[in-house]
Amino acid sequence: MASNDTNLTTRPSVAVHAPGTTVSGADSANSSVMQLRDVSVYYGSYEAVRGTTMPIQQNQVTAMIGPSGCGKSTVLRALNRMNDPIPGARVSGDVLFHGQDLYAKDIDPIQVRRRIGMVFQKPNPFPKSIYDNVAYGLRINGIKGRLDDHVEEALTKAALWDEVKDKLRKSALALSGGQQQRLCIARTIAVKPEVILMDEPCSALDPIATAKIEDLIFELTNDYTIVIVTHNMQQAARVSHYTAFFTAEVDEAQERHGRLVEFSQTGKLFTNPADKRTEDYITGRFG
Amino acid sequence: MTLTNNPPAAKPTLTQRGRSALGDRVFSWWTLGTGLLVLAILGLILITTVREAWPAFDAMGLRFITERVWDPNPATGDAIFGALSFAYGTAVSSLIALLFAVPVSVGIALFLTELAPRRLRGPAVTVIDLLAAVPSVVFGLWGILVVAPALVPIYQWMHDLLGGIPLLGRLFGPVASGRNFMTAGLILAIMVTPIITSITREVFSTVPRADKDAALALGATRWEMIRGAVFPHSFGGVVGAVMLGLGRAMGETIAVALVIGGATNITANLFAPGNSMAAVIVQQFGESTGTFTAALIGLGVVLFAMTVLVNLLAQVVVRRAEARMKGSVA
Repeated sequence: MASNDTNLTTRPSVAVHAPGTTVSGADSANSSVMQLRDVSVYYGSYEAVRGTTMPIQQNQVTAMIGPSGCGKSTVLRALNRMNDPIPGARVSGDVLFHGQDLYAKDIDPIQVRRRIGMVFQKPNPFPKSIYDNVAYGLRINGIKGRLDDHVEEALTKAALWDEVKDKLRKSALALSGGQQQRLCIARTIAVKPEVILMDEPCSALDPIATAKIEDLIFELTNDYTIVIVTHNMQQAARVSHYTAFFTAEVDEAQERHGRLVEFSQTGKLFTNPADKRTEDYITGRFG
Repeated sequence: MTLTNNPPAAKPTLTQRGRSALGDRVFSWWTLGTGLLVLAILGLILITTVREAWPAFDAMGLRFITERVWDPNPATGDAIFGALSFAYGTAVSSLIALLFAVPVSVGIALFLTELAPRRLRGPAVTVIDLLAAVPSVVFGLWGILVVAPALVPIYQWMHDLLGGIPLLGRLFGPVASGRNFMTAGLILAIMVTPIITSITREVFSTVPRADKDAALALGATRWEMIRGAVFPHSFGGVVGAVMLGLGRAMGETIAVALVIGGATNITANLFAPGNSMAAVIVQQFGESTGTFTAALIGLGVVLFAMTVLVNLLAQVVVRRAEARMKGSVA
């Protein structure tokens, strides 16, 4: 993707960080598109997630798993500043995207979200036609060229084109749940982001629709980097290259905090976990 | 152990009886009853007013709504009762009211739901609701004593500036006094703003977080998010709010009676005095007898019909626009 054009600020500026920053713990620093360094997320004075450090590898699928309340979705939303609209939400540490801190003062969250798209838990197409759902992102991003071609391309990549090509003007809400979710993916890839964040994208879908989305995720790694939150361990094992296991810790003050326990290649994490808590979780003794 | 050896269990009672069923029956009768009551009241109002107005309808025929002259006490001949001038005044003053009130109300509602800091929302809502609590006669007196005189120089300036433009200039004709269609419309705008604002605000606040998130995640600015996620969701509700405001504007009596100027007049000039149906009724009812009284009640019937018509029209508009915007469901 357009990694040579990664200016996220509202106005042109000099590079915020030196390129190629090495981070300990990254498997290969030069292929990581994002880096989390000691990232904590707060809601008001409550620390929801504590000190997360992990890389996001380019054109790979990174899964975030863990029990409810472990902060995996919170971390995901911190990756494209989707926590910003939540009153009192705050992030400390560095969320680096091509070496730029996404929470630096001169960063425009609009530009961030343009590069780092998101698909949500519940399919949430706009109450518009199928065509307009995909075209919305293209229009607001001022994408030039024939809109029809872009819409078709996005729907094709999202493996939805054949099912909807004859009813583009029909309401998106008339589609099935699985089709709606693929429409949401089409809508996201239409604006050509580099990274796609997926927050439990299959949790509202039946097994067949889930299988289609999983196939699609695999296809999408040709062009995109994907971070997926899932509560389904089999899904993480099936679709991801890397897995981050989060859990909830209770501190001295009886407050729960999300915490990254282990990050490694998916195969290793599921067959030979380094941490006892990971092992307990993946073998079903906890969670 | 076999199943057949088990003693048969007591047959469970599955037929409808007992207290819960009674509660449901009472509830359904109550709701049905109140629903029918509304219809009955509407029907009775219509029947009674039409009957009371009949002498005037009988004397004038269809001319009651096509005639622009209203002369209860002519020097010679029969009295003439034509509602057209007043229907025109009602329509013009209400339209001016909406023209000003709708953008302002939608703006306030958006500010309150999307932009205002949390601690400012409560007080702001209270202030707007207070505006709705001001009695209309107070608005009328304020209009006649303060607003109308203050606006005369502005009207004059607009007339000088825009009066010369062909066609459009006719809207900004000579200014006789501050009491005219425009002032009535402006006072009405202030009166209907709280209603439209508070309903619009409710409608905007029902837009799902998921829809707004979807727009933001695509790199939408706040305004793009509002256009893409908030408006499509709220269109029908906002039109409903506008219709309620329009209903109030069309039916408003005393405030309009005080500021509209009290002339039987159909003119494009917004700075000319006129009259509205509701205002005429309140101004002339006390001194009327016989057919004159019937004619005033007839104005009420026409107003009633106009309101119903506008509402039906709005429903058609909403259905069409939503079908176009959301795509057909079938």
